[in-house]
Order: sequence, then structure tokens, then C-alpha cells
Amino acid sequence: MSFVEYSDCIKDGDVAIIHLGHESTMPVKVQQGAQTQTRYGVIRHSSDLIGQRYGSKVTCSKGGWVHVLHPTPELWTVSLPHRTQILYTTDISTITMMLELKPGSVVCESGTGSGSLSHAILRTIAPTGHLHTVEFHQQRAEKVAEEFKEHRVDHLVTVRNQDVCKDGFGVTGVADAVFLDIPSPWEAVKHAKAAMKRHGGRACSFSPCIEQVQRTCEALADQGFQEISTLEVLLRVHDVRTVSLPLPDFGTDPFSPPAEPNSTEKTAPTSAPNPASFTLKTTTPPREIPGHTGYLTFATKPRT
Amino acid sequence: MAENIDDDSDYRIKEGDYVVLKRGDIYKAVQIQPKKKVIFEKQWFFLDKAVGHLYRTTFEIASGALQPQKSKESEGSTDAKEVGTDNRNIVDDGKSQKLTRDDIEALKEQGLKGQEIIQQLIENSSTFGDKTKYAQDKYIKKKKKKYENTVTILKPSCRILAMMYHGREPGKICHLRYDTLGQMLTLGNIHAGSKVLVFETCAGLVLGAVMERMGGYGSVIQMYPGGEPVRAGVESFGFPTHFHDTLHDFPICRVNALLAGTLDTSAKDPRAAGDLKPPVIAAEKEKSQPEVEQQSNPEEQSMETNSATDGVRDQETEEREKRREARAQEKKVKLEEKRKKLAAAAALLEDKNADGLVIASRFHPCPVLMGLLRFLAPSRPFVVYSQYKEPLIECFTKLKEQGGAVDIRLTDTWVRHYQVLPNRTHPLLLMSGGGGYLLSGTTVAVDRSKPAGSRRAEEPAPKRQKLTDSEG
Repeated sequence: MSFVEYSDCIKDGDVAIIHLGHESTMPVKVQQGAQTQTRYGVIRHSSDLIGQRYGSKVTCSKGGWVHVLHPTPELWTVSLPHRTQILYTTDISTITMMLELKPGSVVCESGTGSGSLSHAILRTIAPTGHLHTVEFHQQRAEKVAEEFKEHRVDHLVTVRNQDVCKDGFGVTGVADAVFLDIPSPWEAVKHAKAAMKRHGGRACSFSPCIEQVQRTCEALADQGFQEISTLEVLLRVHDVRTVSLPLPDFGTDPFSPPAEPNSTEKTAPTSAPNPASFTLKTTTPPREIPGHTGYLTFATKPRT
Repeated sequence: MAENIDDDSDYRIKEGDYVVLKRGDIYKAVQIQPKKKVIFEKQWFFLDKAVGHLYRTTFEIASGALQPQKSKESEGSTDAKEVGTDNRNIVDDGKSQKLTRDDIEALKEQGLKGQEIIQQLIENSSTFGDKTKYAQDKYIKKKKKKYENTVTILKPSCRILAMMYHGREPGKICHLRYDTLGQMLTLGNIHAGSKVLVFETCAGLVLGAVMERMGGYGSVIQMYPGGEPVRAGVESFGFPTHFHDTLHDFPICRVNALLAGTLDTSAKDPRAAGDLKPPVIAAEKEKSQPEVEQQSNPEEQSMETNSATDGVRDQETEEREKRREARAQEKKVKLEEKRKKLAAAAALLEDKNADGLVIASRFHPCPVLMGLLRFLAPSRPFVVYSQYKEPLIECFTKLKEQGGAVDIRLTDTWVRHYQVLPNRTHPLLLMSGGGGYLLSGTTVAVDRSKPAGSRRAEEPAPKRQKLTDSEG
């Protein structure tokens, strides 16, 4: 297992994602002799996980069962331990595409936060790209570096513990793309420019507030960035369900088609309350959805 | 840092390159060919002079030829001297512009640059000075869009091509919006080194997008309907040739046969046979083709001996025969290649261990998904696009019934663009009505045994513990 390479079977030391159903998941570090408690009972790593195929159903001690999934950045995003607010898959997808990330891309990112986006970037730029990520919070920087190692992607990433607004990304002239998710991105725009390749590249900044966007756009324009474009992407989930709509009973219809006295079809409408209903498969929106995550501002750095 | 040494050659436009022309928000994909006339945004020109220039260069069009734009005319070049505060005195009498349509045409005929025409329009507008600064900016922007004849040449990418197709020919890509395509690539966990199945009728855009994300590592198997796979969109990406070595195709009409064939041979050792077995299977399936070859081989030999014995021969007939022979040979080689390719694709499929499945077509997605899901390994993502929601509801229901998948989600995305300008920030007035729907999920092993295994009895009663105990 690795976050950038599929494998078939679960091995000692892997990180596996336990799928408990109903969009509930938990990550597990697989260790010989270890146990994991779930609401369905205990999972014994040596017998239940190691050597099993990813995707298998595992029966827990209380008779319930779970599925064990191969880790992916998307599953990690929904199960990772939060140390900060994180980016979710909808924004990540847009960022990846609009930054034109692909195998071989060199990317600068700040802040690293909980590493949700970092894992997605690493997956996309492997096996020849590199991620330079900057996190000014020492404990977070250390923790995420540890995770990269556990997830076997540490060869693709350098974590730097410094302030991107003051000290930049620690590299110059190497990046194809830069991503900023910090409170004052406008202060890092010049560092972003410096980190990027001479022939140009793409930049993105994620900000929840429009005032931040304004200042960032201004800074980007001042630094000569082009194609500045701000957008927002929202996910809508459709819950599939069967609904049944009762049909009203209007009672006897005096205006119904020519009531022939000897017609037997229309008799006894009052004999029983008509429970007629119409059933269909449809979708409903969840009661509440995230209505705003952040504005995404993209720009192109021209050749300098 | 070797990267630092700028080798421009990679960034220069070469003859034969696939490029994208850009003007404003309009894109067009073309190939750089000598003396080829291109029509873009009501203007025609030749691309010859773009060769050797760097990508992202903006050119001015002057009577059919491209000239790199010298200095970027600064955005707010007309630092207006007079500015109004409001429009209380601006009356729409249709007479504010002193230049007539004919005058403007004449200016164009004279070969005046866009910038100069705009200047003339401003000077001859009686109300321009009364407009607010914002209204003046807007006026200039609008005129620029109309009269500035520039074009920027870009290197193609998934982002640009997806936006181009969505803007120009949404019907060709089943109205798949660029952000939806972005979701598909992520939800499908498309990355280097995996083995991905793609079924699309989106002109090759989705296939190209998948190939870009794989970077020439791993393999892509295009499952295609009809006679030939459609790949016009793939060409526009201008991938290096080695990318195409990773691309396989397999006709969807052979899927049932393949599945049946695999069932027959599954008794043999599946790994050891790796290279040898698939051609045999393919040969079995295409009985007619190898037969033709076998027949033609001896025939050919006899023909050669014939021509050798006949000492004196009309040269013309000989040459004609040679040509025919060459053509037959060529055809045979092609057939053989096709057979080999099919065999290779079949070999990749029959292990049923693909790492991802991406479907985006005008066909009903349900049978496609159910048919192709069988080629996926467990614990692998799949994603299905449809322009409409209802067929995906059916897919959802069917998957729930059948099992073999978890985390099944039916989603769509909204995308909203913003104008960000000092004191004029707001969402754009127009937004895309819909970018289609996605059904995504992860495969799991289909278990035949009943849940709640016999192991239960052996386990000691577990103590109640918090979920997170074993973590970290």
C-alpha cells in the first residue's frame, strides 16, 4: 500500500481505511497483534486484516461486519484527524484541474494544515513530481511529515516549518504551480512568484472571505499575474429514495363521464377509503448542505 | 537545481504542434501547419509566423499574418481627464457616437489597429466624458473585445480543452462541464501507474484528461462502441508518442465474448501465462482472421517463385503486381497489428484487476456500468457521468440491489464565477445552468458466504472501548 500506488493485499504497517457504512470511515494503522474496536466489535489485525485483500468484508467480534478499503486521498480526506479546517474533495478536484497538475509537476503549498490537499497533490504529481509544503505551526508540520512517511509518500514531499509570508517557500524558480491557503495570501504573492519557474505557471489562493479575495487579486495583478479568475464550486448530494405520494379522494364525482344508469363499473366508491398512492424513485437534497467553503482565485504567472 | 537552467526549446511553438488559440474567453484547438489558413473569431490568418515563438505569446493579426504584440498596451491606457459622477444628464438619443458605421468600416479598411479605433470611438463619443469612471472602463472593455484583433497561443491542457469544448461544442461532450470533469478525475483516483478503463463518447476529451493525469505511466483501456474508437479530442492534447503506447482499446461488443472466454481458461494458471495466453484467446475469437493469413502466406510464396521463373515479363504488370502485393502486405500488417492490439487489451482486461473505471457517454449508463464493473479489482473507485439524473438513479438502485460497491453517491456541482474589481465585486450575471451528474463509489469484494461468520464464537467478549483507541 501507498497513497500513490495500489496493491492487492493488506500488509503489516499499511494504513487501511475501515468503512463502517453510512459514510462513516476510520483509518487504521495495521500492526501485527494489534486490535481495533469498532461499534461492530473488535478487529484483530493479524487474523482479520494482514494478508486479506483490500475491499474484503471483515466480520467483527459482535457479528457485524465492515469493509477494509485501500487508502486513497479521497478516503483520507473524510477520515483524517483534523488539526485544522481542511479542504474537501470538491474544492480539491477543482484546484487540481485548474492548476493543471499532472505527473511530474512541481508544486508549492502553504499552509500544509492537516494535509488533506497535500495527499491529493502527491497522488497526482507522482512518481516524478515534488511538493514543497510550508507550515508555520511546528507541531502540525512535524505531525504531517510523520503521516507522509507512514503513507509512503515522503520521497515526494519536503515539509518546511517557516512563515511563508516572511520566508517564502524555501525554493525559487522551480514550481509549476503554487497553492495558498493562509489568512493573508496577498502577503505571500511575491513569494509565490519567486517560487515559480521562469517560463511561468499557475497559482491558486483559497479564501473564505471576499475581502481577502479582493486584496489577493490586487496583489496578483500588481505582481503581473494574468488570467485572474475567481470562482466557487459547491457540491450537491442527491439522496436517492422511493417516495410515495398519496392520491386524494374526491368522493363520488357527479361530473364523471356520462353516468349510465346501468354501468356497473362506477359502483360502490364509498365502500372503502381509497388508499391509492403514486410511487416513484427520486432524489431529495440533504436537509443542510455546506453553502460556502471558500473562493478559489486562479491566475497565470507569465514568463519573466 | 537543474530545473533552473531554462531550456526554452520545450516552451517554443514548433511546426506540427497542437496548440490552442485564445481570445478573451474563446478558445480553439488547431495544429500548426505551414500555409494553413485558420479562421478564428471572424478573422483569418496563417500560423506560420508563430513557429519559434514561446507559448503564451500574444499576437496581433495584420492582414492574415501574426506579429507578436510588442508592448502590452496598459489596461487603463485612457486615463480619462473628465469623469462624471452619475447618469442623470445622460440621455439615450442614439446620437452620442459621431462616427457612423461607414466611418468605422473605413477606419478598419485603412488597417488601423484596434487600439486606435477605440481611441477614435472615445473621442467621437459626446457622452464619454460624462460617464462615471466605472462606466468608462466598461465601455472601453466592450470595445476592446470587439475591435482588438489579437490572439494568444497556448499549450493545450485538460483545463483549457475542457473549457473550450464546454464553450464551443457542449453537445459533442454530452454537456460535461469542466469542473465536473475535474471531479471525475479526482473521484476516480486517476494517477500514474494504474490501469484505468474509460468508456466515453465525449470526442476523446475524457480519455485525454485521464491520459494527462496518468502521465504515460500505467495503462488506459478505452472501451468503445461501434467500429472505431473516437479520439479527436485526444489529439488536441498533443501527447508525446510514448503516451500512446499506454493506450489500448477494446470494442464493447466483445465484452461478453471476453468474459465467456475467460471463464473457459480460468482453470489454467493465470499469472504464468501472462504473455502467451492472450493472443491465443484473441485468435480463438477471431477465427476468420488468422485463417485468411494462413491462406495468404503460401499463396504469396508461390507468386514469388512464379515471378522468379518467368524470365521475361512485362515490367508494368510486374510493378502493378508489386504494388498490389505491397498493399496486401500492408493490409495484412495492419490486420495483424489490430489483432495484436486487441489481444493486448484483452490480456489487460481478463485479469479483472483494473484500478479505475470512468464512464461518460450518451448511452444509458446502467448497462455500461454493470458490464464494466466486473473488470475492476475490489476497493477501487468508479465514476459515471450522465447529463441526466434519472439514469443515475437507476444505476444507484441497481448497485444497492446487487452489492459489490460502497459509498455510492449521486452528486452534481455548481460553479459560480466572480467579477473581482475595486468596488465592483459580485458574482457574474450568467452562470452555467448545469454540468451534468455523477455517480461514484468504491468496489468491494462480493461475498458469497453469509455475514456473521463462525469466528464469532471464538472471540472473547470485547470490552466497550472508544473507536479511536487503536489509532495513532
